[in-house]
Amino acid sequence: MTETNQPGQADAGTGTPAPDAAELAGRERLSEQVVRTGMFGVQDTPDTSGYGGLKVRRPPPLSSPRPYGSYFDEVADALGGSLEREGLSFGDAVERVVVDRGELTLHVRREHLITVAQRLRDDPTLAFEICTGVSGVHYPLDEGRELHGVYHMLSITHNRRLRIEVSAPDADPHIPSLVGVYPANDWHERETWDFFGIIFDGHPGLTRIEMPDDWKGHPQRKDYPLGGIPVEYRGATIPPPDERRAYK
Amino acid sequence: MSTSADQADTAEGRVYNVSGQDWDEFAAAVDEAGDRTGEERIVVNMGPQHPSTHGVLRLVLTLDGETVTELRPVVGYLHTGIEKNLEYRTWTQGVTFVTRADYLMPIFNETAYCLAVERLLGIEDRIPDRANVIRVLMMELNRISSHLGGIGPFGLELGATTVFIYGMREREKVLDLFELIAGLRMNMAFIRPGGVSQDLPSGAIEKLREFLAVMPGKLAEIRALFDAAPVFFARTKGVAYLDLEGCMTLGVTGPMLRATGLPWDLRKSQPYCGYETYEFDVPTVKTCDAYGRYRIRMDEMDQSLRIIEQCVDRLAGKRPAHDPVMIEDAKIGWPARLALGPDGLGPAPDHIAHIMGQSMEALIHHFKLVTEGFRVPAGEVYAAIESPRGELGAHVVSEGGTRPFRVHLRDPSFNHLQALPAMAEGGLIADVIPAIASIDPVLGGVDR
Repeated sequence: MTETNQPGQADAGTGTPAPDAAELAGRERLSEQVVRTGMFGVQDTPDTSGYGGLKVRRPPPLSSPRPYGSYFDEVADALGGSLEREGLSFGDAVERVVVDRGELTLHVRREHLITVAQRLRDDPTLAFEICTGVSGVHYPLDEGRELHGVYHMLSITHNRRLRIEVSAPDADPHIPSLVGVYPANDWHERETWDFFGIIFDGHPGLTRIEMPDDWKGHPQRKDYPLGGIPVEYRGATIPPPDERRAYK
Repeated sequence: MSTSADQADTAEGRVYNVSGQDWDEFAAAVDEAGDRTGEERIVVNMGPQHPSTHGVLRLVLTLDGETVTELRPVVGYLHTGIEKNLEYRTWTQGVTFVTRADYLMPIFNETAYCLAVERLLGIEDRIPDRANVIRVLMMELNRISSHLGGIGPFGLELGATTVFIYGMREREKVLDLFELIAGLRMNMAFIRPGGVSQDLPSGAIEKLREFLAVMPGKLAEIRALFDAAPVFFARTKGVAYLDLEGCMTLGVTGPMLRATGLPWDLRKSQPYCGYETYEFDVPTVKTCDAYGRYRIRMDEMDQSLRIIEQCVDRLAGKRPAHDPVMIEDAKIGWPARLALGPDGLGPAPDHIAHIMGQSMEALIHHFKLVTEGFRVPAGEVYAAIESPRGELGAHVVSEGGTRPFRVHLRDPSFNHLQALPAMAEGGLIADVIPAIASIDPVLGGVDR
């Protein structure tokens, strides 16, 4: 190898050549969290698939830089200005902004959720009149932020949409209720409590809505089994869907 | 019956068990115990089995005489775990589940879900034109069948049995078309990620033209019945009032919102599937009541017929030699082609010949797609469409696997039932019935 095609030649004087971009990217990739090993759901039997050593890693969470494009910058600026009048900076309330597949997501810290929602509804430059409810998501591997509440806002005045995402740890599953700002969230929050066990503080009557009142557990969490019984067909037994061997 | 005025002392107070035809004994027992407070308050449990509640909806009504002072809707009797089940099936199999959520608008559930999956895959722009036209055609047919399934029972609940029979009869015409095109009358799983499951069969265009020819007359018959019924006016005009502010506060969309005069329709404001290329109007009225919502639904069916006519013209036009209905991507497009053979509908012989005799790659793709399914890049999207009942949204999350990580259907009926107390409290108990009917809730969608 000649001097000229050495990577990191510019740093040759310091004695430790800097790694090139590809190596850095590789190292970064290897430091990511492993979320799955192997293939085809093989776990208990000797793996003859040849994929036994496969490690699938989770990329770090997205965070989009400015400009966000479309109407997203305008919404972010308007929200920032509106929050400042409340004595709160955009960065305090919003920990991360993600623009993905043409949709804007604001990851809001839970303690500032109500203020943000209030500004989104009442500020005429934002005017998100309708919150279409909250959808819970359970990420068991996302340590410290396992439970997510996802709100989809709609502004009829400006014909815009916006997603607000709030997270809470499993150990402290509390998110402030938005029923005071968007009364339509009443049943949606009850549903999310019912299915995910997220407690919406300040909800006027947080009871189960889909499951029976005396049900144990929160069925749509990832640690709750799907259930089902094996089915016998012509002498063979088919396990229930969540116990079948399947591609992962 | 000697046990008629059974009573028991509980923590809440004295409870009387009333079993019917024992009012005198009950009243005597209440007088004797000194429980009569002077206010005529009765709590009535209506449902979950009640013909006028559109399914297993339960209402707990507190009555003062005939006036409803408090109304609490109770849902959950039809919860089937569709969202949880989706997490254990491939992305394509998911269609078979979501179609069963709101069973009166299966095509809309499928479309909302498929639009979300397609946005996650980043293939929204690559859906073939013909597939989009067929989607619009099916959605508008479904809008008519759904509205007929809403207006027919609306009449029945107010005592107009003929309207119900007419509504069901005309709805049957739409279901026959569904059967012809998709093979099933309900729960078709016809819209798939990447396109639709199959092209129109031969003879479908003629049947659609026949439908377009007779349907305006049939809708006029239903209109004539309603418009000549003073009882219908009396029981719907000014009943179940919910104005624009009420709709905004309670997140109400669809015909209920348009009955307040706001022409908000996602087909116009945030078009999908090429709706921006069709000519149609968004009907509105400004009555804010049950009658206005009936009017909106009737007018929407006329507009749906207009859109269907434009779809049929496009589908009947001269076709290019190559005109697929499924995305041309071997890694995503469902590979099976169906054809009618001597023993019924089955895999197309030319497709079998292709994968078994000509192309190893095609065989691999077929096998991988059917057994494993395709992978969807990690991320989350929310796709919303204008269903017959309002905004139907699909919040779909992928973690990069062959199965959805989370699917949430934001069903309009679920949201709108919350508005029932606002519409019915303070009114007569008889007005609760048109109030429910004017929401047109479907409990399959509410409970999922």
